[in-house]
Amino acid sequence: MPEKLNPKSISTIHNVATEEIHPDVALVARARSGDVQAFEKLVSQYDRQVFRIAQHITQNREDAQDVVQDAFLKAYQKLDQFQGNSKFYTWLVRIAVNEALMRLRKRRTGKMVSIDEDIATEEGSVPRDLAEWRPNPEQQYGQSELAEILRKTINGLPPGFRVVFVLRDVEGLSTEETADTLGLSIPAVKSRLLRARLQLRERLSRYFRKNNGDGAK
Amino acid sequence: MTCSEFLAELDDYIDESVSVALRADLEEHLKGCEHCVITLHTTRKTIEVYRTNELYELPADLRERLHAAILAKCKNC
Repeated sequence: MPEKLNPKSISTIHNVATEEIHPDVALVARARSGDVQAFEKLVSQYDRQVFRIAQHITQNREDAQDVVQDAFLKAYQKLDQFQGNSKFYTWLVRIAVNEALMRLRKRRTGKMVSIDEDIATEEGSVPRDLAEWRPNPEQQYGQSELAEILRKTINGLPPGFRVVFVLRDVEGLSTEETADTLGLSIPAVKSRLLRARLQLRERLSRYFRKNNGDGAK
Repeated sequence: MTCSEFLAELDDYIDESVSVALRADLEEHLKGCEHCVITLHTTRKTIEVYRTNELYELPADLRERLHAAILAKCKNC
C-alpha cells in the first residue's frame, strides 16, 4: 500500500538522503511493476489538471476528455522511460500538451497551429487601457458570468501564448519546467509570458476597468 | 528608468526574481509613474483572477467514467 512506503526510507536506500524524494516516485515504481492501483492514485492526483490544460489548448470538451484518456494511457505505457530526474507531473503534462496539440491540429486541418514559432504580434505589448479595476472583478460579476468572460478572453490568445500562460500562471510550473515541457527556450517562454499577461490584462480591462458602466458587456 | 524599461522587467518583478538593486530602481520608477502602477496592479489581478477561478471543472460523474476507461485500457495493454 502506498501509505506504508516511507519516502525517507526510500531516499536512504538510494543514498540521496539529503534530498527529499517526491512521493510520486514510489507510486511510479509500483505502477511500473504492474500495480494498477498505484497508477490509479496518480490519475486521481492529476486528472483535473490534465483536463484543464487539455481544455485550454483544444477549447473543446470532447477533445479534452480524449486527451485525458490518451495522456494517462501513454504515460502508463511509457513509465519505463520516466527518468525520475523531472517531476512525474511535469513529465505527464508534456505528454498531455503533445496529445492536446495533436487534437487541435486535427480539428483545424489546413490552419497553422504551432507553438514552436514566435508569434509576430505586438498587440497588448504597450499598455493602453490605464484604469484601475475597481471594484474587484469578483465583486462586479457573478461567478458564472466571470468565468465566461475569463474563458472568452483567454481563448482569444494565440495558442502559443495561451499554453505558456496556463502552464506558468494557472498550473504553477516554473519557467524552466514550462520551457522543458514545451520544448522552448527560457527567453522564448519569458517573452511569451509577458505578452500573454499584457494582452489578457488589456482585454480584461474592457470589462473590469473603473467606471466602465455596462459598455463592455 | 523609462516605462519601457520598467515593462521589460515587469514579469520578473511580479515573480519576485529581481535583484535587490533592480527592485529598488523599479520601485523608484513606480513612485513617479501612475501608469506603471496601474499596469502592475491590473497585471497582478489578471494572474490572480485566472488562478482563483476554475474555468474548466471536471464533474464527478465524468471523472469516474474517465478513470474507469483509463484503467480498463491500462489493464489490457
